[in-house]
Parts: sequence; structure tokens; C-alpha cells
Amino acid sequence: MTTPLVEINQISRTYRMRTGLFGRTTSVHAVDGLSFSIVKGETLGIVGESGSGKSTTGRMVLGLEPPDAGTVRFDGAPIAAPGTAAWRAQRARMQMIFQDPLGALDRRLPVAEQIREPLDIHDIGTKDERDARVRELLLSVDLNDSHGRRYPGALSGGQRQRIVLARALATRPDFLVCDEPVSALDVSIQAQVVNLLVDLQARLGLTMLFISHDLRVIRQISSKVAVMYLGRIVEYGDADDLFAKPQHPYTQALVSASPAPGRRSIGRIVLTGDPPNPAARPSGCAFHPRCRHASARCAIEVPALAALDAQRQVACHLVTGSQSHTQDAA
Amino acid sequence: MAPLVSISGLKVAFNGTPVLHGIDLDIDKGEAVGLVGESGSGKSVTWLAALGLLPAKAKVAGSATLDGRELIGADGKVLDQVRGRRIAMIFQDPASALNPVLTIRRQLCESLALHRGLRGEAARIEALRLLDLVGIPDANRRLSAYPHEFSGGQVQRIMIAIALAGQPHLLIADEPTTALDATIQAQILDLLAAVRREFNMAMVLISHDLGVVAENCDRVCVMYAGRIVERAPATRLFDDPWHPYAQGLIGALPPLDGARRRLQAIPGTVPDPRALPSGCAFAPRCSFAGDGCHAGVPLLAPIVQDRAVACLRPQRLPVELAAE
Repeated sequence: MTTPLVEINQISRTYRMRTGLFGRTTSVHAVDGLSFSIVKGETLGIVGESGSGKSTTGRMVLGLEPPDAGTVRFDGAPIAAPGTAAWRAQRARMQMIFQDPLGALDRRLPVAEQIREPLDIHDIGTKDERDARVRELLLSVDLNDSHGRRYPGALSGGQRQRIVLARALATRPDFLVCDEPVSALDVSIQAQVVNLLVDLQARLGLTMLFISHDLRVIRQISSKVAVMYLGRIVEYGDADDLFAKPQHPYTQALVSASPAPGRRSIGRIVLTGDPPNPAARPSGCAFHPRCRHASARCAIEVPALAALDAQRQVACHLVTGSQSHTQDAA
Repeated sequence: MAPLVSISGLKVAFNGTPVLHGIDLDIDKGEAVGLVGESGSGKSVTWLAALGLLPAKAKVAGSATLDGRELIGADGKVLDQVRGRRIAMIFQDPASALNPVLTIRRQLCESLALHRGLRGEAARIEALRLLDLVGIPDANRRLSAYPHEFSGGQVQRIMIAIALAGQPHLLIADEPTTALDATIQAQILDLLAAVRREFNMAMVLISHDLGVVAENCDRVCVMYAGRIVERAPATRLFDDPWHPYAQGLIGALPPLDGARRRLQAIPGTVPDPRALPSGCAFAPRCSFAGDGCHAGVPLLAPIVQDRAVACLRPQRLPVELAAE
């Protein structure tokens, strides 16, 4: 089981943005030469702050947005051209859930109808089979028929997100992209949905791309984690190991900025400088203006994502192979 | 020492639906108190009610005093002396709290004129000092900028500067970092701590994020369905929560290190304020609930000197008490 289900090779996405009515256009490199693959049955977590390009990545992986350069391959085949029969067949195998379940649901339709819709669209099963499947899906997300008859407005935030999840699972997808699926939920409800996702993944053998700004949630759900900063992966590795021993100065700052109950902030790394702005990407390593270890080289040369050991890849001039200059900051 | 702010029996009802069921809370001079709880638990309403900021349809009862002076039902003139001056407030969404068509200078100077009577050059100099204080680089030039020219973290810094303009004794920070990225959140929390030290200012930090509250407060109150269910020093609460809801909240938080464990999700959802269960509002979701829990509402009762819990079956009792 080490065949990748999803292979991303050097994808980039640039948006054009105009400053003011008559201003000149500037290019915003939302995603810049990103490569990764996700093994079947595994979850890749992408963590990063706003503007890091994590949502754009999710959309390109699903083919909702074409990459300007690079390729996305799903189960060995490139993403088919949108609108074709091949594309529809492929799309039934990959689904997504977003942060705002109310925005993803039709307020004027009972939720069971909405779970049923993908079955109708992809013409799966007879009428009775579809009814049974909807019931089964509701049960799989710990809801029942009476919830199915309600409208989205009559459900709580956590229940709505379960409905969205049930609908995404209707076509028995192999691959699920979750973009901040629990960020809008309260802690206790968030835990319910995270547990549900973990259970469903184990039971259905789902492959997932899980996008979040929340390190804790990412660690809980992912097997591998990619840390993004301004459109590039700066660190990649095994989830537990990466958060236990972050190597890139940015990952170290992120981990140390994550508040923990029970310990006061001792030696927290507080980054100075402006937050990342994709429209004004610094030269060299994009993180260098905020990095306390930055040297002259960092401002000029873009560091490549290189293997540190068998598990870890880091894009930093200061972190190389055996010796690690930033270790002391951990 | 008399507390700076003393709230007792504070109740709020919207259109006849009670949402706050009697809050008792004292804030001492210079101390940082955290309020945690999920949406709808009444964290923000408590302070909006105390400062007379709720719409007229809200019925407020009980008492909230500042240095012994009653605020509930107080005259507008009295409240004007308090709001922004003695007690300032900052909110989750700083961008919507600023006027987009006025420069930062205008908005800062408005606050300075209102609360400190500063005008002209004196106000400009003070505005400059405040922007410097909150860490806005190149403050002199940035004074004439508009809110949209600043990033989210910088706008929150400006809101803090405006809040500090009245030299308040108490700052109510209502989810001040929720809309910000992790590294920027760390910066803002750092700034708030520095400002508190410098002015010996008390702070109420309202947050749904247990970690944020734990790290930045002396005392914490956990709220659920319009009541305080547990009150404890921050460090003790997180090491050893007593109320099953507080335990649930902490158990629901995914760990960032150590072994992965299944999250202890609290079953069910927060009750609708229009249909609160009889007895303890948490009982239907509580795995320790017994018959007594559904019969009557448990009151917030002191257990040891600085800890109180509103639970008939708090999960750590006499044995541990003896050890303390």
C-alpha cells in the first residue's frame, strides 16, 4: 500500500491583482512549484497561515482550478478536462468539505434530499437503494432519519458539518479534501467531528488532504504534514515527529506560538515583522525577514526542499543533513 | 482590598428568554481574568450588559459596580465616564470596529479628545506615542493612513492603542486574537501582557481557546449556558479541572505532543436557551449526572479558598482536598 493515489508535481498558480482602479497589475504567486504525493489510505495535513496558498492547493488538487504550470495526477491518470464524462467519473471519486457548512447546503431543501443529490447526479442505484443509502449515510455520521427531514437552519453547526460529510461520502469517494472543516466549530463539537473523521477514514480506507491553520487538529488527523509558507512547502514530515522536533524556523515559531493549557509561555518564539503578504513576496527565502537566524544568503537564494533524513524534508539554508543550526531554538 | 469591578446576580433576558442566569464575578485591580466557554455561554453578554451596551430589548437585572458605583441602569452620563475611560473593550473583528473612511489619526484623536480632553498638537503627540507603544512601525507616517492599509494584526494593535487612549483600569478583550494567524496571535498576546505590566491594568480575556486563556490569565471562569460553572486559578484549572464540563473542554483539545489519544468529545450540543433542561444545564451531556442533577440547579459554591464549582458531583473531592 505505498502507491500514491494523488501525485502533485511542480504546480503553480498565479493570480493577477490590480491595485486601485488605474493601478498596474501585480502577480500574486499563491502557489509556487508545489510537489507532493499522498499514499492510499493516508492523510496529508497542510498547515499554514492565511495567504500561504493551502486552500488554492486544495482546489487545484480537485481540479476546481487549473494550475498554471505542473501536473496533478489522480490514481495514475491526469485530471480530465472539466465537463467531460471522464472528469465526472473522476469527480465522483474525489470529494471535498469546506469550513462553512451552511454555505455548502441549500437552506430550502431537507438535508436528506441533499445527501441524495450526488446519487441522483451520478445515477447510482435504484430509488429504493438510494433511500437506503441515504439512511445508511446519516447513520454513519451519527445522525438519523429525523435529522434528515430537517432543513439546514434547524440543525446545529456540528450537525450541518456531518450532513456535508455524509453527502461527500455518498458516491463512496476514495479521496476527500477537507478545507478547515472544524475551524468554525466549538471545541467540544470539533472533537466530535474530528473523531468521526478519524473513524470514517479508518473504516472506509479514505485518502485525505486535510487543510487547517490549527496545528492540534492537523496532528490529530494526519499521518504526514506539510507546512506551507507563501505558496511553498517549507517543511514536510511525519506528523508526530514534525511537531515534536520542528526543524524549519517557521515551523518552530508556529509550534511555539500554539498556546497550551497547563504551561505558561516559557521561551515562546514571537516573530517580529509583518505577516506574510503573497503580493509582496520577499526575495530569497520568503521567511527571511521574520527569521531570527537569517543570514545574507537567505535574502538572495531560494532554499530548495531537501531531504534531511528518511522522514523529513526542510527548505532552509540553515538546516542541513547531520548538523542543524536551529536546533537550539526548539 | 475592594475589587475594582464587582458583578453580582447579573441576569440578562432577550425577548423574555433568559440567557444569563445570575453571574457573580469580582475583578481585582491589575489582575487578568479569563472567561472561557462555547458560543452562547454568555461570556460577551456579561460585559455588554455591565457596560450598558445591550439593545433596549434586553432586560438586565442584578448589579455591576465599578469602585462601588453602580453601573446597571446608570445614567448615560455616568456610563460615558466609564466606557472607554475606566473600562475599555476590544473585539474579535478589529476591522469593523474602525471607521474605514477616517484616518487612524482622526480615530485615535477622537478617543483622546473624548477621554482626556487632548486637542491639536498635544493629541497628535499622544497618538504617536500610543502607536509606538503598540508597535506600529513608522508611526509618524502611518498616522495619516486608513484602516484598510493595515494588516489584520496591525489593525488589532491600533484598536488596542485606541482602547489605551482613555488610560483604562480594566480592558475587556473579547476574542482579541481569534481572527488572527497563530504567529500574529502570539504577537498580540505578548503586547497585551506588556501593556498590562506597564500600566498595571486589569484585563478580562474572553476566549473560546483554553490555551490562550491558560497562558495569559491569573484566574479563569468557565461558563456554560449563561452560568459560571467553575472558577479557579489558571494553572490549577488546567491541571485539575473539577467540573465535568471543564474536564470535557480540556479533554476535547487535541494534544500537540506525546501520544495521540482519541479525543474525549462531549456528547450532544449546547442547549437552546429557550429550552434549557431542568436542573443543571450540563446534566444531559454529563457522564456523571445522577438524579439530583436533573432536579435543581447547582450553585457556584466555594470548595477551597480560591476555587468554586457549580456541580453536585464534582469529580475530584474530599481526598484531594485533604492533600491540599
